[in-house]
Amino acid sequence: MNSQSGSTRLDTIDKALLVIGLLVLAIGQYLAFTAPPDVQQHYLIRILYVHVGAAWTAYLAFVVAMIYAILYLWKQNPAYDRLSAASAEIGLLFMLLTLFGGMMWARPTWGVYWTWEPKLTTSAILTAFYVGYFLLRQAIEDPEFRAKAAAAAAILGVVNIPINYMSVYWWRSIHQTATFDIINRKVHMDGAMVLAMLVNLAAINILYVFFLRLKGKVALCAARKEDWDE
Amino acid sequence: MRTKYLVGFLIILAAIAYLAWGGLGKSLVYYVLPSEYADNPAKYEGKRVRLGGLVKEGSVHFNPKTLELKFIVTDGVVDIPVEHTGTPPELFKDNQGVVVEGHFVGNVFKGDNLLIKHSESYQAPPEEGYSPDQIRKLLEETK
Repeated sequence: MNSQSGSTRLDTIDKALLVIGLLVLAIGQYLAFTAPPDVQQHYLIRILYVHVGAAWTAYLAFVVAMIYAILYLWKQNPAYDRLSAASAEIGLLFMLLTLFGGMMWARPTWGVYWTWEPKLTTSAILTAFYVGYFLLRQAIEDPEFRAKAAAAAAILGVVNIPINYMSVYWWRSIHQTATFDIINRKVHMDGAMVLAMLVNLAAINILYVFFLRLKGKVALCAARKEDWDE
Repeated sequence: MRTKYLVGFLIILAAIAYLAWGGLGKSLVYYVLPSEYADNPAKYEGKRVRLGGLVKEGSVHFNPKTLELKFIVTDGVVDIPVEHTGTPPELFKDNQGVVVEGHFVGNVFKGDNLLIKHSESYQAPPEEGYSPDQIRKLLEETK
């Protein structure tokens, strides 16, 4: 079968991505721990360096899942469905890490682990949506129907992202607005801190690509096994 | 269809619907400003309210023995006295953004949950280093 072709072994690109990703992460962590403390929050601000990166990568992963979903609906190639699910899974993982890191940051700064304010509520909705995505996939046995339903869900899920991002601007929130204000083109952060954040962001993105390729290959193995078992 | 996953999926769907329409509805107006309260106090009577504003400079009174915290929340137009029990969060200070959850008892707001709202700007401490006064203040703050 055409869609089952392709190697499931880790090739040079995979290995390079992993090594470079870990290297950049190491540099990022070094920068994070040597960056100056914040005047207000002192060392608590260091969670930002991974919290923001994880959140951004979660958004990216869900958008990529949507792109692969559209490609699947267009070309009907199961490989696209596998990659769509892989990206959604990584996105969900990063979303959970974002929420965890956020809670750790919120308790000593805001005073509570959680509160139902717009950004957190929309983040909870986004996370619940992709949990639902995987329940949907598990619920359907027929591979083609499953892929089509999942594709629809993956496309729908991306609607959450701009709402989540803009929630701090549209509604009254306790979550702060973006420090990296891409809308107004302003940066509200000290130079050394900016560098630490960007390097960690780059590291998380490189590792995302590695995880995507890895999961794609694992999914291919699983698909082949499903075929043999029939 | 594998039933148990379908049931799980429907539960998630219900949860999202609840969050979106029920929860989000309440969180959309996450807090009320003092002037908004003053415009229509009767609307908030007996209800659980979140009051948001700044801590008025010089209005903070904290009794470490009884853990009684009293301060004034202001939005520059209207001042509202707040009473809260418990040690305030670390970032709590004059002119800090706060959101207090609680209810009104007469003119005083009885808060039971105190949240700090901080800005999105992060700055390193001044380069010349700290003066002895600043160091002393920093040490006191981290206690």
